[in-house]
Amino acid sequence: MSPKSRPSAGPAAQSSVKTGAQIIVDTLIEQGVDTMFGYTGGVVLPLFDRLYDAPINFIIPRHEQGGCHMADAYARASGKVGVMLATSGPGACNLVTGLATAMMDSTPMVAITGQVRTELIGNDAFQEADTTGVTRPVTKYNCIVKDVKDVARIFREAFYIASTGRQGPVLIDVPVDVEVAKFDTKNPVEMELPGYRVRTKGHARQISTAAKAINDSGQPVLYVGGGVISANAAEELRQLADKAHLPVTTTLLGLGSYDQNRPESLDMLGMHGAAYANYAVQECDLLIAVGARFDDRVTGKLKTFAPNAKIIHIDIDPASISKNVHVDIPVVGDAKFILPELIKEVEHRERKQWFKKIAEWKKKFPFSYDREASTIKPQYVIEELCRQTKGGAIITTGVGQNQMWAAQFYRFSRPRQLISSGGLGTMGFGLPAAIGAQVARPGETVIDIDGDHSFNMTMTELATAVENKLPIKVCILNNGYMGMVRQWQELFYNKRYSKSYLSNPDYATVARAMGAVGITVDKKADVPKAIKQMLAEKRPCVADFKIEREENVWPMVPAGKSLDEMSGLDILESIA
Amino acid sequence: MKHIISALVENKPGVLAHVAGMFAARAFNIDSLVVGRTEDPQLSRMTIVVIGDDRIVEQVRKQLAKIVPVVKVQDFVGQPVVARDLMLIAISAPPERRAEVLALIEAFKGKVVDIGQKFVMVEVSGPENKIEAFIEACRPYGIKSLARTGTIAMPRQAPLEARS
Repeated sequence: MSPKSRPSAGPAAQSSVKTGAQIIVDTLIEQGVDTMFGYTGGVVLPLFDRLYDAPINFIIPRHEQGGCHMADAYARASGKVGVMLATSGPGACNLVTGLATAMMDSTPMVAITGQVRTELIGNDAFQEADTTGVTRPVTKYNCIVKDVKDVARIFREAFYIASTGRQGPVLIDVPVDVEVAKFDTKNPVEMELPGYRVRTKGHARQISTAAKAINDSGQPVLYVGGGVISANAAEELRQLADKAHLPVTTTLLGLGSYDQNRPESLDMLGMHGAAYANYAVQECDLLIAVGARFDDRVTGKLKTFAPNAKIIHIDIDPASISKNVHVDIPVVGDAKFILPELIKEVEHRERKQWFKKIAEWKKKFPFSYDREASTIKPQYVIEELCRQTKGGAIITTGVGQNQMWAAQFYRFSRPRQLISSGGLGTMGFGLPAAIGAQVARPGETVIDIDGDHSFNMTMTELATAVENKLPIKVCILNNGYMGMVRQWQELFYNKRYSKSYLSNPDYATVARAMGAVGITVDKKADVPKAIKQMLAEKRPCVADFKIEREENVWPMVPAGKSLDEMSGLDILESIA
Repeated sequence: MKHIISALVENKPGVLAHVAGMFAARAFNIDSLVVGRTEDPQLSRMTIVVIGDDRIVEQVRKQLAKIVPVVKVQDFVGQPVVARDLMLIAISAPPERRAEVLALIEAFKGKVVDIGQKFVMVEVSGPENKIEAFIEACRPYGIKSLARTGTIAMPRQAPLEARS
């Protein structure tokens, strides 16, 4: 919000004749934007001038990639559209990783980029890049606005496309001359999207066929992805699982869609998923996928995935159906509409034998680690975090071992509680994501469970957290390695740790230099106390946990193996 | 198997790049791609010939439909369609062999559109296999240069029973 002392924009802002920049700001406000992220530059100056006294909370990252991740996490935490603004050329190019991250994880975002003057486009002008060309494969839709009369329509379309169907990032490129051009906005504008249709309601007969398959199944598994969270359908999912009595496993991005504390929860499946989830999928006779896309990290070897199962796939994206795995009963539409219809038709079944089998797997192969070790085990840090936050914090992660341990050892109970780069696997996502999530959820505890190398990639954003007084917590699980790469090198490259370590700064000192709180923890006995202090801090806080250096993530389905060919089960069994 | 896919797209900049980029990014093979205007100035038609099994072509169709400015996608496989290619071909035709070459052109219902001392340029249209056959027939005389469109296609309008 702008202080009242700022110079006013003057009476011109009241007229229906407006500049492109003013139309953009008005459309953002009309679309409900009260918070956005962005970094200024030459060709976006007219737009920033209009933002000077706009009622929008504006967060400036230290790098456009960080800002893009913040907008992404803001969207994931709030369910609203995240907005990121950048200048042309380098500003726009710095968005690519963030847009690709949002695209893979279906986050609703609108990115706005400035562009050089229309008549200079194509002339290799200063800070010119072919932004729509560069970002086309990493956006759901993008376009350049070449005429001020199209600005309002295109921005409305952008919000509509980003937030409907399978959600995703939309980029609008705005040449600076369009920002300053004037247009009379007195006539209402309509969206023109002849090629964009969203199927929300599922086909009634397909839903009945799916319900019958569920009622006939003796060994079903519900396999849930991030789509259920995007659809705000976690409650409907719980009702379905309850009524039909189904065990529930989720993908990484699906964590939080189903309370992991419930006995029917099978936790996460896949490469580093729970052994009991993977066994259940491999032995089930019916797999009910909801808002999930059969990613290779979930299925393992495709040919032998769920070999005995009939497959139901409920998804809003028709292109996701039968892309990787042949689907027997596809239902295209929004889970929010389809699940209640399905609930009406399913019946309760005991499935005693099936649940007994699952309980045995759960007992035999829980997620585990050596609790007696004298070193700091990363799993212990996360368990302690979960205990002290009563499982209620919003967790963001880096990518790699830290991410998998967070998924395995924190217990998620509600949607939008885990914010992690699943599809693209973007290292450096955790810190800016924590900032975006904290902006969206000011009253909540937001913790970035990070790796040292992931944190290195975007740690400059700590200054953004300090500046905006965001009390985020960063737990660095510091093993001095790119841990997941090291694990693969240990297992598959004869322990040749090629270029998977480098020297790190003293993170507590870095944190303090930036105005945050820094804590170093190198003794196991100090872990609970350090976490307690971190949670009590009102300022951003970085806790650097010097963990066991060569700890591995177990179980593990090696790439190209079937889900039930897990390594590390003997280790889990011996310490369970 | 060859599939002829017809996509009606919004006549906007960037659409061709989007479609071509999607094919490249998803490793689908394009045999030919033709874009042109339609009766509606707002819309263009892309006719794309794709080679792949049913599963791949199904994905191609869905991924095309997912592109925002793509309005409608049809796969003509299994339907009666009229499919045509157009070719311009310059054939070596010195005076002593010219009669022979012209007879060949006549046999393929080609149209001579340019004629020089040592060559003739011919316009030929028809189904792809006819074009291929004509190229093979011309080879012994020497092909100076060749340009061809990809396939364009339209489903037959007359009802099936009327054609017996």
